[in-house]
Amino acid sequence: MTEALDELKSLIELKQEDAVRRCEVANGELTVHIVTAAIPSFVEFLRVDPNCLFTQMMDVTGADYPERPKRFELIYHFLSMRHNMRIRVKADLVDGEIAPSITSIHPSANWFERETFDMYGIRFSGHPDLRRLLTDYGFTGHPLRKDFPTSGYLEMHYDETEKRCVYRPVSLVQEYRQFDFMSPWEGAEYILPGDEKVEAK
Amino acid sequence: MMDGSNTPRGKSVRNFSLNFGPQHPSAHGVLRMVLELDGEIVERADPHVGLLHRGTEKLMESRTYLQNIPYFDRLDYVAPMNQEHAFCLAIEKLTGAEVPRRGSLIRVLFSEIGRIQNHLLNVGSQGMDVGAMTPNVWAFEEREKLMIFYERACGARLHANYFRPGGVHQDLPQKLIEDIEAWTHNFPQVLDDMANLLTENRIFKQRNVDIGIVTEQMALDYAMTGVMLRSSGMAWDLRRAQPYECYDEFEFSVPVGKNGDCYDRYLMRMAEMRESIKIIQQAVVKLNECIGGDVMQRGKLSPPKRGEMKTSMEALIHHFKLYSEGFHVPAGEIYAAVEAPKGEFAVYLVADGSNRPYKVKIRAPGYAHLAAMDHMGTGHQLADIAALIGSMDVVFGEIDR
Repeated sequence: MTEALDELKSLIELKQEDAVRRCEVANGELTVHIVTAAIPSFVEFLRVDPNCLFTQMMDVTGADYPERPKRFELIYHFLSMRHNMRIRVKADLVDGEIAPSITSIHPSANWFERETFDMYGIRFSGHPDLRRLLTDYGFTGHPLRKDFPTSGYLEMHYDETEKRCVYRPVSLVQEYRQFDFMSPWEGAEYILPGDEKVEAK
Repeated sequence: MMDGSNTPRGKSVRNFSLNFGPQHPSAHGVLRMVLELDGEIVERADPHVGLLHRGTEKLMESRTYLQNIPYFDRLDYVAPMNQEHAFCLAIEKLTGAEVPRRGSLIRVLFSEIGRIQNHLLNVGSQGMDVGAMTPNVWAFEEREKLMIFYERACGARLHANYFRPGGVHQDLPQKLIEDIEAWTHNFPQVLDDMANLLTENRIFKQRNVDIGIVTEQMALDYAMTGVMLRSSGMAWDLRRAQPYECYDEFEFSVPVGKNGDCYDRYLMRMAEMRESIKIIQQAVVKLNECIGGDVMQRGKLSPPKRGEMKTSMEALIHHFKLYSEGFHVPAGEIYAAVEAPKGEFAVYLVADGSNRPYKVKIRAPGYAHLAAMDHMGTGHQLADIAALIGSMDVVFGEIDR
C-alpha cells in the first residue's frame, strides 16, 4: 500500500510540479499541499488521469490555525475506487481569501463547500449557491473558528410576553468550564496560584 | 394543487412552493425541504438541514478523546456502535494500538448487529412512507431484541459508548453470545415474513420501482456510498475493499443492485441483513474459540482492571489520570472510514499531541446522499419524494451533527 502511495506521490510531483508545494506520506496516507489557485486544475487532473482516477470527492473541510500567517487550511479527501486509494489535498488560505469552487468538477462538493463556508467563513468563487447550511437562519459568525466561543453569542428562548421565540445574548449561570488536566510538571503554560514568587526568583 | 385546466383563462399559472417538513412524518426527523412544484411535479428541491445541529465537532475540540466517544452514539442514533468504531479506528491508527482478537471479534459482531438494526428501521419506515404499516411494527419488535443485546453488553439500549480505543469496554457474558446465536436462527423467519408483505406487494412496487434511479456516474458525482452506490451496480464495500478490523477473515457477499431504484435498495437491504446474520454466526464461532481472551489492549489507552487498582498504586494513579486528563494522542492526522450501514462513515482527526483533538470532521454518508436530493428529486412527483427519502436512509443525527 505504501509503495503504491509513494509511486503516486512521485507521479503527482512530476506531472503537476506547478501546482504542488509539497507531498508527504504519513500514517499510510498521502497528503498533497497545493497552491490555492490551482485547486480546480489539480482536482480535474486527479479525476481524469488514468493513474489517479480519484472519481469520488468524499469530503471537504477546513481547519483553523490562528497562529499561522495563512490561517486556514482547506482539506479535500478523494477516493479512487479503481485503484482503491485515497488522497488528501490541502491548500492554505489567509483570512478573507476566496478559494475556487470545484462544484463544476465534483457536484458533491456543493454542500461540503457550503458547510466549510458556514463553519470557517471560507468563501468559494464559482459556487452556485453559497448559503449557510447547518447554522440557524440569520446566524452570524463562523462556529468552527478557534476564536468562536463554544457557548456562542446568542441563545434562543420562548418569551412569554411576546408569545414567540426571541434571541438574547448568552448568559451562563455558571462560567463555561474548560477543564485543563495538563499536569503542572508536564509543561503547563500557566502559573499555579501561590507559585508566582518562584518565578520571580 | 395548481392545475392548468382549472385556472380561468388569462390568469398566469405560477409554481407552487411547498414546505415539506420539518414536522412531516415521512421527513425522517427534522428535514425541512422547500419544494417548488409545477402541478405535482417537483421542479426544485431545496433541503434545509441543520435543525438538529448540535455543534458536535466544536464540542469535541474541548473534550478529551474518551469524553468524545458518546457524541458518536448521538450521530446516527439508529446504529450507534458503527460510528464509535470509526472514531476508535482513527485513534488507534494514530497511537498504533493493537486490538486483541476477542475485542476485534466483538466489534465485528456488534457492527453487524448495528447494521441489522439500521436496515430493519429503514425497511420498515420505507414501507411506512408508502403506506404499509405492519412491517414497521414487526421490524421494531426485532430491533427491540437487538437493543436488549446492546443493553446486556454495555448497559445502554441506544447510547452505547461501548467501543473504546484499543478494544471494547467489557467482555460479553457467555449467555449473551449464546442468546445472540439463538436469535440469528429465528430472525430469518421474520425477514421472510416482512418480505412476504413487501417484496411482491403491488402498492409497494408501484411506489418504488423506477423511482429515484441512481446511475453509476451519478453515484460517483455525488459521492454516494453504501447501499446507494451499490444499487447502481458497483460492488464497493469498505469491509471488502479496504478491510478494517478482522473483516477479511469473514465470508459474506456484497449484494449489488441492477436498476438503482428505490425498490432495488429495499431488496439490497433485505439481502444485506441476511449477510450480516452470516457474519454474526461466524463471529460467534470465532468468539467461542477465544473464551477468556482480553477484549482491550492493556496500556495507556485503557483503564486498569478493578482488582489491580485495589493493590497497585500505579494502577490507581493511571485510572485517575485516564478518566481526568485522558490519554494523549501523538500529533498527526488521519482519515478513518468504516462501512456504516448507510455508507462510508469517516472521521478526519487532527491531533496536536494533547489530550484533546485539535479538529474533528465527521463525514456522514447521509449528508452526501441528501445533497443529491435536488438532482434526484427533480422531475419526480411529490409523492415520490417520500419514497426517495425513505430509500436514501437519512438520519438527521448524522447529517446535522
